[in-house]
Amino acid sequence: MLKQIEGSRAVAEAVALCRPDVICAYPISPQTHIVEGLGELVKDGTLTPCEFINVESEFAAMSVAIGSSATGARTYTATASQGLLFMAEAVYNASGLGLPIVMTVANRAIGAPINIWNDHSDSMSQRDSGWIQLFAESNQEALDLHIQAFKLAEELSMPVMVCMDGFILTHAYERVDMPAQAEVDAFLPPYEPRQVLDPAEPVSIGAMVGPEAFMEVRYLAHAKQLSALEVIPRIAHEFQQRFGRRSGGLVRGYRCEDAETIVVALGSVIGTLKDTVDDMRERGVLIGVLGLQSFRPFPLAAVRAALQHAKRVVVLEKSFSVGLGGVVSTDVRLALSGLQLHGYTVVAGLGGRAITKASLERTLREAIADKLPSLTFMDLDWRIVNRQLEREAQVRRSGPIAENLLRDVGTVASKVS
Amino acid sequence: MLQIRIHGRGGQGVVTAAEMLSIAAFHQGRHAQAFPSFGSERTGAPVVAFCRIDDAEIRLREPILAPDVLIVQDPTLLHQVDVFQGLHAEGYVLINSQRSFHDLGLADIEQRYRHERLATVPATEIALRHLGRPLPNAVLLGGFAALSGLISLDAVGHAIRAKFAGKVAQANVAAAAEAYAFVRQELEDLAHAQAD
Repeated sequence: MLKQIEGSRAVAEAVALCRPDVICAYPISPQTHIVEGLGELVKDGTLTPCEFINVESEFAAMSVAIGSSATGARTYTATASQGLLFMAEAVYNASGLGLPIVMTVANRAIGAPINIWNDHSDSMSQRDSGWIQLFAESNQEALDLHIQAFKLAEELSMPVMVCMDGFILTHAYERVDMPAQAEVDAFLPPYEPRQVLDPAEPVSIGAMVGPEAFMEVRYLAHAKQLSALEVIPRIAHEFQQRFGRRSGGLVRGYRCEDAETIVVALGSVIGTLKDTVDDMRERGVLIGVLGLQSFRPFPLAAVRAALQHAKRVVVLEKSFSVGLGGVVSTDVRLALSGLQLHGYTVVAGLGGRAITKASLERTLREAIADKLPSLTFMDLDWRIVNRQLEREAQVRRSGPIAENLLRDVGTVASKVS
Repeated sequence: MLQIRIHGRGGQGVVTAAEMLSIAAFHQGRHAQAFPSFGSERTGAPVVAFCRIDDAEIRLREPILAPDVLIVQDPTLLHQVDVFQGLHAEGYVLINSQRSFHDLGLADIEQRYRHERLATVPATEIALRHLGRPLPNAVLLGGFAALSGLISLDAVGHAIRAKFAGKVAQANVAAAAEAYAFVRQELEDLAHAQAD
C-alpha cells in the first residue's frame, strides 16, 4: 500500500509487521520518532503480543535486548550518536553472544562539539563490533531493510544494525510502499533460536573463555560474517521475488558500466549523487556511483568487481578517522589492492553540513582533472579554520575552539545553506 | 520538479506545512518529498522547511537553494532573513500579511517578479477566526492552491485531515478554503486592474 509518511513512521510500521516480541529503547534524536511510533502501535493494540519496555538509558536498552533475545524473543531497539556509544559495551556483548537483535541507528554525529545532525561517525565507531551493518539509501529501502534484517539476523544468529541517515531520512516525508502483514509473514518465518534460556532445558549463556578458545570464538564470528556475504544477496533476491522491489544486497551500481570515474558512497547521499551523475553524463562525463548497502560484512570481492575497470575511484564519506583520513576509503583501498587506480577520499556532510549537487560536481570535476588532493574536506570553511590557527599561534590561552569558531561565523544558530 | 521553501518561526507549524503539502501532492498522484531544516529550533526562532514535487521519484537530498515557490508564514522574518534568496525568476511568493507587497517594503520584489504570482493573505487573522489560535500554516496552503493552481484545494483539505482529526481538522479546512477564496479574489482584482 502506497503511503506518504515520515521515514521514522515507515520504519516503525515495518518493524511492527515483523512481529517483535520485545521492544526496548531510550529516546535520542533523531531516532525518537521511530520508537514513539512503535510505542503507539503497542499501546493501541495494533502490535500484539509485544512488550514495550521503557528503560533508563541506552546501556539498559541493549542489556534488556540481550536478555530478551536470549530467551528466544524477537527483539528490536533503536538509537543514535552518543546513545550508541553509551551502549557500546553491550553492543559488543550482543554480537559476541550471537544474539539476533535488530537495531536501527538513525545516523548522527558524535560530540564534542555536541551536534544533533547527520553523519556516519556513530555507526562507524561500531564497525568492528561484530554486528552486520546495512545502510539505507531511501525511506523505502530503510523500511525494506528492517524486514530483511530480522530474517538475516535470525538465520545467522547474529545482530544487525540498519543504518539510516538521521533527519535526512528519519524526518523526511516521502512515498513508501508498505507491505501487507500476510506478505511479511510469508517472507519472515517465526524465530527459531539456536540457543535459548529455557527452564525446561537449562543452559548457561555467556561463559568466560580463556586463551584456550577465545580466538576460535572470534574466528567463528568472522566466518559467520563472511557467510553473510552469500546470505545478504540471497535474502535481497527473495525479497525482490516477493515484494517486486530491489532493496538491500551488498552493493548497487548506477551507470557504472562504462564509467571511468566511480564514486563510492553509503546512505541517502547516493540519491543526490545519482542526480549529479545524470547531469554530468549529459555533458559527456563517463561517471557512475557505487552504493554500498552492506558495510559489515565488507563486500571486498563485489566492490573490486564493480570498480576494477574504472580509471579513478572517489570515496565520498560522512565519516573520518582523525589522524588518518577516510574510514570507508581504507576498506575500498583494500578491495582494490594491486590495481593501479587513482583513489580519492572526499569527507563531506560532517555534522549535517549540506551536501549539494553543485559542490559534488565541482569536487568530482577536480578529481577527473586529477587535481583533487587525495584527502579533501568538501566545502570546508578555510577562513574560520585559518583564523583559529592564527589565534593559537599568537596567544597561549586561545580559548575553546568551538566557541571561537561560532563567534567567527557570527551566529549561534544553524544555517541550512 | 517543483521546489517549495517555507519560512516561519518555531511554533507556527512550518514543518507540518511542508509535510501537508507533500501529502496533498501525493493525493494527486505525484511524488513528493518534505523535510525540515533539521534544527533543534526553539519557539519563535526562524525555521525553514522544504517540499519537492515531481512526477518521478525524487532522489535529491540537498536543501532547496533555488525555490520555485516561497511561502512566508511570518512577515517579521522579511527584515531578519533573506527569504528571497535563490528564488526562481518565474517564482511564486505568498506572504502571511494584511498588507500588500508595496506596504511591506517589497516594491523591488514586485518589480522583479510576475505580479500574478505574488500574493499576501491575512492567514493569522483567518486562523484566529476559525481556530482561535494564530496558526497560519494550513491556511496558507489554501492560499497557495489559489495562487498557483499547482495543487487543488481538495488535496489540501485531504492533507489537513490526514494530519489532524475532528474539530481541528474541520476548522483548518474551513480556514484554508477562506484563504483560497481570498487569494482568488486578489488575483481577479489584479486581472481587472491590469485590463483597465
